[in-house]
Amino acid sequence: MNTPAVASESAEPAQAAVTVRDLQIDVAETRTPVVTDISFEITPGEVFGLVGESGSGKTTVGLALLGHARHGLAIAGGSVLLGGRDILALSDEQLRRLRGSVVSYVPQDPASSLNPALRVGLQLREVLEAHAGERDGRGAVRADHSARIAETMREVALPDDPRFLRRYPHELSGGQQQRIGLAMAFANRPRLIVLDEPTTGLDVTTQAHVLSTVRELAKLHDVAALYVSHDLAVVAALARRVAVMYAGRIVELGTAEALFTSAGHPYTRRLIGAIPRLTGGRSLLGIPGHAASPGNRPPGCSFAPRCSLRIEQCEQEIPALRPVSADHMVRCIRAEEVLTQEQRRIGDPIDMPAAEDLAALRLDSVVASYGRVEVVHSVSLSLAAHECLALVGESGSGKTTIARAIAGLHRNWTGKITLGDVPLQASARRRDADSRRRIQYIFQNPYGSLNPRRTVGDIIEQPLRLFGTASGRDASRRVAEMLERVSLTASYAARYPDQLSGGERQRVAIARALVCDPAVLVCDEVTSALDVSVQAAIVELLGNLQRDLGLSMLFITHNLPLVRSIAQRVAVLHEGVIAEIGDAAQVLGTPGQPYTRQLIADTPSLEVAIAEVGLGEPPVEPAPTG
Amino acid sequence: MIPAAGPDVAAAGVPLETPPVRATSLLRRSLRLWRTRIGVGLVGLLVLLAIVGPFVAPYGQSAPVGAPNALPGGKAALGTDYLGQDVLSRLLDGGRSILITAFIATAAGLIVGVVIGLIAAYARNALDDVLMRAMDVIMAFPQIMLALVAVAVVGAHAWVIVVALALTTVPRIARVARGAALPVVERDFIACAEAMGVPRWRILFVELLPNTLGPLMVEASLRMTYSIAVIAALAFLGLSTDPNGANWGTMIYENQTVLPIQPWGAVAPIIAIALLTMGTGLIGDGIARTAAGIDRSRGGE
Repeated sequence: MNTPAVASESAEPAQAAVTVRDLQIDVAETRTPVVTDISFEITPGEVFGLVGESGSGKTTVGLALLGHARHGLAIAGGSVLLGGRDILALSDEQLRRLRGSVVSYVPQDPASSLNPALRVGLQLREVLEAHAGERDGRGAVRADHSARIAETMREVALPDDPRFLRRYPHELSGGQQQRIGLAMAFANRPRLIVLDEPTTGLDVTTQAHVLSTVRELAKLHDVAALYVSHDLAVVAALARRVAVMYAGRIVELGTAEALFTSAGHPYTRRLIGAIPRLTGGRSLLGIPGHAASPGNRPPGCSFAPRCSLRIEQCEQEIPALRPVSADHMVRCIRAEEVLTQEQRRIGDPIDMPAAEDLAALRLDSVVASYGRVEVVHSVSLSLAAHECLALVGESGSGKTTIARAIAGLHRNWTGKITLGDVPLQASARRRDADSRRRIQYIFQNPYGSLNPRRTVGDIIEQPLRLFGTASGRDASRRVAEMLERVSLTASYAARYPDQLSGGERQRVAIARALVCDPAVLVCDEVTSALDVSVQAAIVELLGNLQRDLGLSMLFITHNLPLVRSIAQRVAVLHEGVIAEIGDAAQVLGTPGQPYTRQLIADTPSLEVAIAEVGLGEPPVEPAPTG
Repeated sequence: MIPAAGPDVAAAGVPLETPPVRATSLLRRSLRLWRTRIGVGLVGLLVLLAIVGPFVAPYGQSAPVGAPNALPGGKAALGTDYLGQDVLSRLLDGGRSILITAFIATAAGLIVGVVIGLIAAYARNALDDVLMRAMDVIMAFPQIMLALVAVAVVGAHAWVIVVALALTTVPRIARVARGAALPVVERDFIACAEAMGVPRWRILFVELLPNTLGPLMVEASLRMTYSIAVIAALAFLGLSTDPNGANWGTMIYENQTVLPIQPWGAVAPIIAIALLTMGTGLIGDGIARTAAGIDRSRGGE
């Protein structure tokens, strides 16, 4: 086995709070390894980042630190040492006492992890009471938990008055719910906290606040924190050391600075290249192919089939995770060569075509409501022919409502929407077929937008039959052409959506939207359900198609950096009103409105994180007072 | 087998959500369970009996073959009934009418119920409430009572029994169809079809219906079970289409008084009805378990 203890221990003088050694987790029945050879340690007060795309095994590792394996998996070997005790060797009862007091967990979705029927104060009290006896010793006088609850609430920046504690989870916002989750995790002053993508569903501003709370609390209480995330920008801003996982193994481990400025593994480099950036309208580079699932992994380096630096030796044996410098380990036999190459930024600058004056779509004082609640207040904008306009805003800003009004799916609006020179009816059903054909909509979630009972070919053919564009053999030919255009093969036509990955499904959705030659394409958060490398590929594809086919595109997103890689103009939506609209480079580079400035400041971005000294927080700093 | 989906579907090879089931594969997968196999076997056996029975029956269903209430043996394998007719021949003859009536009634109730349920789920407005409250009103009448009243008022015609049974089947199917369709209606592929202007009936039956088949199949087999029981019960009460003809329910009624002397006249049809309803019940149970993923713990997928 390749124990990477030598390098990290010499570079890590502080006593580790948690030491993971050679952790292996298998599928219980088949003994197929899911994650293998995981070793790292976290010092007290440190936030350690564990980064990977879907299926890399990062959550599996996070849960193993609590001694837990998901249903169907089994921890097959290795150790998780916490203060000299091996968590993996404990009995269920010992684990139960450990969880919530010595180790705790903050799950991804606060809405489903809090009990909707109990007041939040009671849920906090439960956590304290469950472990009160263990902490104080038997017979100790039970401390008054109210004081501790109030203290914890102040720590997570929530009001500590009894009225707030009497609320139910649904009476709190998403950010407040996640703060309650943090409060529950920190309440017993644990030594280790596992945070599993706790900010995924939150707006950037809320996310920024939650992240700073996590960082401060970990340092204040000397808690070792494992932060599991798919978002490199978030991890770059939060963690000092980061491990990158790919196909069940750590492929690179080092300081965030080392990883993001001079990564030694080709996968890390490609991953960083796929992250959209606020500065510079460059195209994004996806990673071709996809990660092998457990059981189908190649005998050599797992990344070899997708790697441009592959040599014969890569495919023969699994490379060891070895140190390339102090506190920087890479699992690649060509790491030294990779390191000498200049960190490839991202793709070439995009040559955005000039928008034409002719408006393809105009919105004049559109007011949209849900029932009596007005969510969009008098929005006017125009989308020029051959132009990509990004519509950005936080959740609840009304951006999706505008998109659905344009597509005729949201009917409760007044004002005027004109397609070319045709004014549109509110409901899609009352529009003529040509208007419906010329506006196509791509949905956020490719898992919901394709009927699971129909084949891909059937799905893409549907608009052709519906609008009478083509039928029979002609239709099949056009479906095959369209599949090729979205970088799939014609053989996909016979498959069902549940046989495809998320990225492939979104390509099918794009093919369906483009098969009948629309003029306006409305893309509603089309990449938010996808991994960064898949997102990069989809954005690349959409950008190329938009330019080649001369489409007008309304690109709705909450991801500000993404805007620079696809759109010429951007409209910033804030509480149903357009706060700022203009050239993308200008609005995002030198924002004119305070709201836009705030939004950009709260957006985790790689270049900001890299620009800050030492990335994240410096390792040694006096604990904040108060 | 379904090829492994890409990496961003299943985390580390463990499916996060059960994959959507296709109707055919659901039936086929449910056949891996012994309860479904037994159910199919029982139903198959009794259907076969009902179809072939009349042709292989040794005597006519109303032909007197000997002394009344004779025990099995001699000319009559299962003895004779209270009129001296052959029990075996009447048993072989008596299934057909029950099965046909139950099947037609269930099928009619299924079709109407599915249409109402899907329309209610898709409407998402006052129509939903109107339809479902109407279903509640029908459901307030016990199934057997409604059938009894209908037969008593109109007369014991086959179509009256079919209509009465179908009518009581409709609201139960409609509720299940609506319940299964509600989450599907919210999914984006329905919105996508609306944005493209797909006709409403196509959305209902092409987009929506195939995604609700699992629960519907379970409910349909359950309804079939109940229909058989009600028809047999009506016949037992003397309300069958042909009072002199053989019918399992009628046979039980006719021969119940002589149970201590010649039990087979009543017991044989009782066993037949019990096996038939057990069969349809087991099939429904098997499909339900498969749809819920219970089969997987026993080395399924």
